[in-house]
Amino acid sequence: MMRGFCVVTLLMAVPASAADTPDMRGAPFAMQGGEAVYRGVCQGCHMADAKGASGAGTYPALAGNPKLAEPGYVLSMVMNGHRGMPPFGGQFSNGQAADVVNFVRSHFGNHYKGKVTEADAQALR
Amino acid sequence: MTAPSRRSLFQMIGVVAGSAAMYHAMTELGYAEGSSFEGPIKLSRPPAGSSVLILGAGVAGMVAAMELRDAGYQVRLLEYNARPGGRNWSLYGGDTYTELGGATQQVRFDPGQYLNPGPWRLPFHHRGILHYARRLNVAMEPFIQVNYNAYVHSGSAYGGKPQRYRQIQADFHGHVAELLAKSAKQNALDQAVTKEDREILMQALQGWGALDQNYEYKKGFASSMRRGFDVDPGGGIKSVTLPSEPSALSDLLRSGLWSGIAAGHNYELQSTIFQPRGGMGMIGKAMGAELGPLIEYNCKVTDIRQDGQGVTVSYVDSRNGGGRRTAQAQWCICTIPTPILAQIPMNVGPRMKAAIDQLPYLAALKVGLQFKRRFWEEDEQIYGGITYTSLPSTTISYPMWDYYAKGKGVLLGAYTFGRPAYLAASKSPEERIQDAMRDGAKIHPQYPAEYENGVAVAWHRVPWAMGCQGAWTDESREQHYNNLCALDGRIVLANEHASRLAGWQEGSVTSALDAVTRLHARVVQP
Repeated sequence: MMRGFCVVTLLMAVPASAADTPDMRGAPFAMQGGEAVYRGVCQGCHMADAKGASGAGTYPALAGNPKLAEPGYVLSMVMNGHRGMPPFGGQFSNGQAADVVNFVRSHFGNHYKGKVTEADAQALR
Repeated sequence: MTAPSRRSLFQMIGVVAGSAAMYHAMTELGYAEGSSFEGPIKLSRPPAGSSVLILGAGVAGMVAAMELRDAGYQVRLLEYNARPGGRNWSLYGGDTYTELGGATQQVRFDPGQYLNPGPWRLPFHHRGILHYARRLNVAMEPFIQVNYNAYVHSGSAYGGKPQRYRQIQADFHGHVAELLAKSAKQNALDQAVTKEDREILMQALQGWGALDQNYEYKKGFASSMRRGFDVDPGGGIKSVTLPSEPSALSDLLRSGLWSGIAAGHNYELQSTIFQPRGGMGMIGKAMGAELGPLIEYNCKVTDIRQDGQGVTVSYVDSRNGGGRRTAQAQWCICTIPTPILAQIPMNVGPRMKAAIDQLPYLAALKVGLQFKRRFWEEDEQIYGGITYTSLPSTTISYPMWDYYAKGKGVLLGAYTFGRPAYLAASKSPEERIQDAMRDGAKIHPQYPAEYENGVAVAWHRVPWAMGCQGAWTDESREQHYNNLCALDGRIVLANEHASRLAGWQEGSVTSALDAVTRLHARVVQP
């Protein structure tokens, strides 16, 4: 806000569904770099070793997943979500989205060629 | 108080305008609507042998089962867990909870203590869920939403010192009333208020804002009767009353704490709110007991197939897999959370399939912390209610049972959604508890000395839900909601995610009743 003055609000006036914290979205994700984004957010479901997990449903493994061969598919999943995967387009910057896609495609035993860019992420907005 | 700057005025107007705009937006989303429950339903008797298979023994599935059974349907439920209730769930000492990824928590709460990882409130107008709770003799007690002696807190306001809700609310109302009274006196409101109404307005502002005879909000008896005294009135000679000093308007505005006094104004959070005595899970338990052998537990659904004659569901044992079994019925009510359902092969039409595939569940976090003594009561006179903080833990809530008990107590140490909840899901349960301890100690310094044990539930890690509630937006509702709810051949969905009361159990109840009613109409149609 102007002149360096910032109001930190506890919550706004209307519940977001069952929450009394109408906007519990919190501060924007601050982490920079693909690994930090993965460790901060993605491993919540895909797990620290990127091997996913199964209960009544499954969080798919990203390690050794042939679907990761197509970078545009991975970026689209991150930005738009699908089948249980929430859309992160509203949560990640273009840089965060591109970085984490490039990270998962080149770690956990993955060696997929090609990279996505911030411009690719922007194009999906 | 001094005259407010122009900027302060704009900011204060923004609070009001923002609320109205937000209210409008939320009405569009359906969140501000009341329940559609219109009393118990009465279905006509279906043709002999009519059968319904219900997937999921949560609130939606069990409400549907009770009504269909009572009407004369053959009913059977398949449930993934070893217990009824689904997200209607309380954790007690002795319970074990294993999340996705394998982390197992042994709950070590004392007898009588619990955490509701999921829903915890029953607003008085959620008449559907309250109807079933009453029908099953689940005892209710009040849930305290607003506690004037609890805190609002921001790490960057008032030196990080928590402020009593009472003081922030009194000061905000008082300052706003004084500003308006001043404007009215200066004829600044003449276009909006007639001369006669102006006198009434002035009188109302004086009473509402605790203004003095000069329409000023300042240190004195009137304001202290709202915000409290430095020394309270009392008996005898020594009781010299000392009024307290209100916050300066600018400090109050810049604190952001005014945003923490609004929750209880919302329709969903207005008094009276109820909670089941002994934990929210008492409702699920009672429903499960009512349905008894109709529920088959530990069933992981793997395939849902319909044809002209009926529906066939394949499933395996959810604990150790094993051989595929099948269940059949003429009809199916499916309450499986959409993130899971999206992965189960099911031959429904493309519109329902698209609606399921686009509906993830939100992130949410709850942390329960057991302390050796009820220091919030003994030291700070906080009996139930909620403290809101700008720290990631967001919400601290005090147990609303066993007041004045001399023993231990379990606090809700964190309750949050969105980004803080995503970050929490990526951490171990121990780290989530440490985070809640770190935040809470800034409000209650007694935390480290009094802590005993805790449990942390991050909803994206819950194996049978994969999130806390359907993540609708107004755009996605417009495009997909009716398709999600529509009867598709012999299959209909029910759950909070098939309601406009997202995340509320009342959404599950009214969704189930609506699904049952539409299904029944299809069954009995000539």
